[in-house]
Amino acid sequence: MASQPSDPNKTTPKSQQLFSCDLALSEQEKELNQRLRSLYPAVNEQETPLPRSWSPKDKFSYIGLSQNNLRVHYKGHGKTPKDAASVRATHPIPAACGVYYFEVKIISKGRDGYMGIGLSAQGVNMNRLPGWDKHSYGYHGDDGHSFCSSGTGQPYGPTFTTGDVIGCCVNLINNTCFYTKNGHSLGIAFTDLPPNLYPTVGLQTPGEVVDANFGQHPFVFDIEDYMREWRTKIQAQIDRFPIGEREGEWQAMIQKMVASYLVHHSYCATAEAFAKSTDQAVHEELASIKNRQKIQKLVLSGRMGEAIETTQQLYPSLLERNPDLLFMLKVRQFIEMVNGTDSEVRCLGGRSPKSQDSYPGSPRLFNSPVHKASSSQTYQTSTYYIHKFFFLPAWVKKTLPEGYYKKRDKTTQVSITVSFVLKLIGTPVLTQLSTGPKKYRFLVPIPSHCTAQNNTEVEMEVDHFSNGVSESSSNGFLNGSSTHGIDLEELDSAQSKRQLCGGSQAAIERMIQFGRELQSMSENLRRERGKNSANKKMLKDAFSLLAYSDPWSSPVGYQLDSIQREPVCSTLNSAILETHNLPKQPPLALAVGQAAQCLSLMARTGSGSCAFASVDDYLH
Amino acid sequence: MMACLLEAPLRISVLSEVTATSRHYVDRLFDPDPQNVLQGVIDMKNAVIGNNRQKANLIVLGAVPRLLYLLQQSSSSLELRTECAVVLGSLAMGTENNIKSLVDCHIIPALLQGLLCSDLIFIEACLRCLRTVFISPVTPVQLLYTDPTVIPHLMSLLSRSQHTQEYITQIFAHCCKTPEHQTVLFNHGAIQNIAPLLISPSFKVRMQALKCFSVLAYENAQVSMTLVNVLVDGEQLSQVFVRMMQRDKPIEMQLTAAKCLTYMCRAGAIRTDDNCIVLKTLPCLVRMCSKERLLEERVEGAETLAYLMEPDIELQRIASVTDHLVSMLADYFKYPSSVSAITDIKRLDHDLKHAHELRQAAFKLYASLGSNDEDIRKKITETENMMDRIVSGLSESSIKVRLAAVRCLHSLSRSVQQLRTSFHDHAVWKPLMKLLQNAPDEVLVMASSTLCNLLLEFSPSKEPILESGVIELLCSLTQSDSPALRVNGIWALMNMAFQADQKVKVEIVRALGTEQLFRLLSDPDTNVLMKTLGLLRNLLSTRPHIDQVMSSHGKQIMQAVTLILEGEHSIEVKEQTLCILANIADGNTAKELIMTNDDMLQKIKYYMGHSNVKLQLAATFCISNLIWNEEDGSQERQDKLRDMGFVDILHKLTQASDPNLCDRAKTAMQHTPWWIEALMLWTPFGES
Repeated sequence: MASQPSDPNKTTPKSQQLFSCDLALSEQEKELNQRLRSLYPAVNEQETPLPRSWSPKDKFSYIGLSQNNLRVHYKGHGKTPKDAASVRATHPIPAACGVYYFEVKIISKGRDGYMGIGLSAQGVNMNRLPGWDKHSYGYHGDDGHSFCSSGTGQPYGPTFTTGDVIGCCVNLINNTCFYTKNGHSLGIAFTDLPPNLYPTVGLQTPGEVVDANFGQHPFVFDIEDYMREWRTKIQAQIDRFPIGEREGEWQAMIQKMVASYLVHHSYCATAEAFAKSTDQAVHEELASIKNRQKIQKLVLSGRMGEAIETTQQLYPSLLERNPDLLFMLKVRQFIEMVNGTDSEVRCLGGRSPKSQDSYPGSPRLFNSPVHKASSSQTYQTSTYYIHKFFFLPAWVKKTLPEGYYKKRDKTTQVSITVSFVLKLIGTPVLTQLSTGPKKYRFLVPIPSHCTAQNNTEVEMEVDHFSNGVSESSSNGFLNGSSTHGIDLEELDSAQSKRQLCGGSQAAIERMIQFGRELQSMSENLRRERGKNSANKKMLKDAFSLLAYSDPWSSPVGYQLDSIQREPVCSTLNSAILETHNLPKQPPLALAVGQAAQCLSLMARTGSGSCAFASVDDYLH
Repeated sequence: MMACLLEAPLRISVLSEVTATSRHYVDRLFDPDPQNVLQGVIDMKNAVIGNNRQKANLIVLGAVPRLLYLLQQSSSSLELRTECAVVLGSLAMGTENNIKSLVDCHIIPALLQGLLCSDLIFIEACLRCLRTVFISPVTPVQLLYTDPTVIPHLMSLLSRSQHTQEYITQIFAHCCKTPEHQTVLFNHGAIQNIAPLLISPSFKVRMQALKCFSVLAYENAQVSMTLVNVLVDGEQLSQVFVRMMQRDKPIEMQLTAAKCLTYMCRAGAIRTDDNCIVLKTLPCLVRMCSKERLLEERVEGAETLAYLMEPDIELQRIASVTDHLVSMLADYFKYPSSVSAITDIKRLDHDLKHAHELRQAAFKLYASLGSNDEDIRKKITETENMMDRIVSGLSESSIKVRLAAVRCLHSLSRSVQQLRTSFHDHAVWKPLMKLLQNAPDEVLVMASSTLCNLLLEFSPSKEPILESGVIELLCSLTQSDSPALRVNGIWALMNMAFQADQKVKVEIVRALGTEQLFRLLSDPDTNVLMKTLGLLRNLLSTRPHIDQVMSSHGKQIMQAVTLILEGEHSIEVKEQTLCILANIADGNTAKELIMTNDDMLQKIKYYMGHSNVKLQLAATFCISNLIWNEEDGSQERQDKLRDMGFVDILHKLTQASDPNLCDRAKTAMQHTPWWIEALMLWTPFGES
């Protein structure tokens, strides 16, 4: 009765009972997915799928599987050790788990209880108990011994039998393994484990039955607590990473990165104040920054028509040379028209301009609060910049000589490299900004704040006197925290009275006309520059909005979300900067991208510490 | 007068080193212009920070009384009073001598008085200084409790600010040393006032509040029972503690939270099978014993774990398989390591300092682990060099290590197998005997208790111990003031007398002396009495021994037996006494002592009809021995007993509901054929 867990639709429900069973199955599947995601967030299952059941293909014939390939029973003669039989899980344990854990419940010890629980590499003989051969490791129930690639066991733990729950934890950071019995850790069993091991169980006498839990149910042992310890350890390692000999250099580099970031995103007042207080030169004229800021504000508030006009005024040849960019801007303009926010339709429409203007004045980046709306969205948006700004990490490759990736003993070096990157882009910048929250957060409205804060502390021994009683820690990396509230307000008011083009007939006509212009522009572009599938899709998606009576709640309604203005805004910004021979993206964003890429490189090379060094953790 | 004379030269020599600037600071405190005084205090504050020499100078020059005077003057500005408190706090941060000087100048009442002021900044400065003074080991803790209004006032200040919270909880955590202190703090609402601080945004406040609970709950059922019902922000306190034991929390916090739960559990407020103990507290404490932890943490972790599982076999079993604890503890004996001695003097110093503490903690934990389960004891004795370590631990200079080692040995001595094997192989009795010669009472109690087990009949160590002249030693223990020692002394003698040679028995009686024996029979401690009776019973076994002992001490023994049977004693004591009587009845000549004593026979008769089966059994046993018909004079005895009405009683007992009693009565009747006839005659009546 082995049913396919992966495809519950194939089984045709004949009775009500069967149907509810299917429901329960999908419920379990959902719980499994949820648990695996929360336990191993760094694992990319496209690349390295997690073990979810025993493999019906990778087992000895004396092994029988049931209950969605989670239950294992012995069906051989069980006369001699030659009758031993094992089964491996569907997939090896991905290194990006950092710490991996599964549990096995002994349903019946059968005749003699010769059961082994452990790990083995692909290809190890399955006519054996785990632990007896090279690249095979096991803990046996009859004597409580551990078997480390050897036919003779070492005294390890207590024996186990019917009713016991045995857990196996693989630490992919230090390549060790420990077992648990009924929720109690039994201590390290194996060290120096090779990579890519599969969860494995072996049985040897009739009647032996065990159930696996790869995350289908809550674990008896508190594995999350163990993971917390390792997360803290890795993060402490990163925090303590030495930052070079000449400290001034380090400081200057960070300041440069912060300054370039501020300039790039046109926080001109902040950038100016920051440059002044840190004694740096700004490599772009203030007027130019202000211009870019002006254009960005227009884009982000949905006033695309004005934004295009202003760009053409300030940078006359820019859009002519970039017809694709212009097309993209126009498509966005069309969307904003549907939205009722574009300047051209706004003057025709019924909504008050004030409420339409109130898009936050600053572009939000990696982790602005809105991005956290739903988990799937978080994933997309947070990786957006990383992918977009990703620049082949040539320097990463340079620091790692050929063959590095395969040498496991050198993986620590890789992790050190990443901790350096993280240190570079994460902690210090955060510290820089969070140690003086008042200093930078309100700089835009009141730049004079900057210099007033340098109070010198004379008292050192008096440890608490200078500080107030309640010190709220700063949550500010970006200027976003205060604008969050306003944004929501706008969203609410917009939702309550959203109508096509703001509800004005004249505006709708203008929008239709603009659509036609856009269509012909697209055709011209194709004639002149050949087919461009990206452009085609962009236009098709935009036009699809008109196919729905309520475009906002339609499948293509996401385009109307103000978040979609951000990629447009940053593409335009980068294009402008390029004409000034300035970098397309700030070094800070570049470093973030490099760090993220480095982490996925670590995952591929089997360095488990990448699990606990997520770049996102450092960007809030 | 004398003191002054002696002190004078010292003072001058110190003074000569005092720089002019120090004097200048003190002089400015006496300036008539209050503004100048304030500036002077501020300058002094900046001068003393981190400068122990300057601090000592100012104290010698008498700055403290003047600062205290300024602090207490209501005419001083608040700013000045605050700065004075800050400077005093700074002085307290120096050496222990500084603290002594400050306490001698009565700084504590002055600062406590200052807490009555309404200004928060000033209160915080006073509290901070008080905190520094109170956490010093040289300050008498009692000073906090002298004025009964102080504790309630401190409780009321807890709501003022995070700083008052931190300082006050820190003071409480350091000054709660006795059950009386616990009660005072408890009665003034410590639990309700401090519980909310466990979720304070400040780590320091959380930590100190947690420490408060650990000292409050220690061996205190009242506090512990209250704690389990406390809710913090809707959550049970035990759950708050569990969260504080999470593995990403600072070690200090994990360890202290585990202590709180341990104390609550030992006080009976949390069951030992509660998940928060089994799955959280115990594993957390085992982690504290790991090699990764600091030596201090490992000591505390092991001691707390030993305390947690001492009374519970299930916890002992779990701990024994958790994270290789048994072999992990073996590492505790490896300090200072040979590496540290060569490479790093500082490390060697550190290791040496903690070596004793580590060893005694490990012994304690082994003792606790092995106190019930035979398999665990085996596992412990099989740990590398374990028995050698215990043997050398018994003769270490540190009393703490000796005590812990003997506790460990005692725990392991409960194993029959270990007594027969490892104990004998390592001749543990030798250092144990040495330890018994001259040791404080607590060591003696443990050592003599262990000796009791080593003297058990099957122990191969029994012989060599006997030959080492242990009897005198044990007899002297029975004269101790400590009931525990008297019990152990007599207990050991009892074990020794069990199935012993005539020679040994005679030696015991001689060494103990009948006088002492009878003194022990009227001992106020029931345990002592029980073991003394046990000794008597063992002495009075096998017929020749019975007759011999009774011929020389019969009169006194019969007297003692009478006395006990007539006195107010527990069933167990009386049973044991009747058993002695039964043994006497087994003797050839000795039984006459009973037969000729009608009073005693009446007593036996009485107990045969007692409501307690055990006493009936013992008394029947006695009669059974008296009428045994294979001996001379049995006929006469039977006649006499029949005349006294024992037949009726025995007959009744053959109908008893207790099968043992029934059997015993029937056996007795079989020795008297004519009694059986009587029985047959009477049976129909009994049935009708």
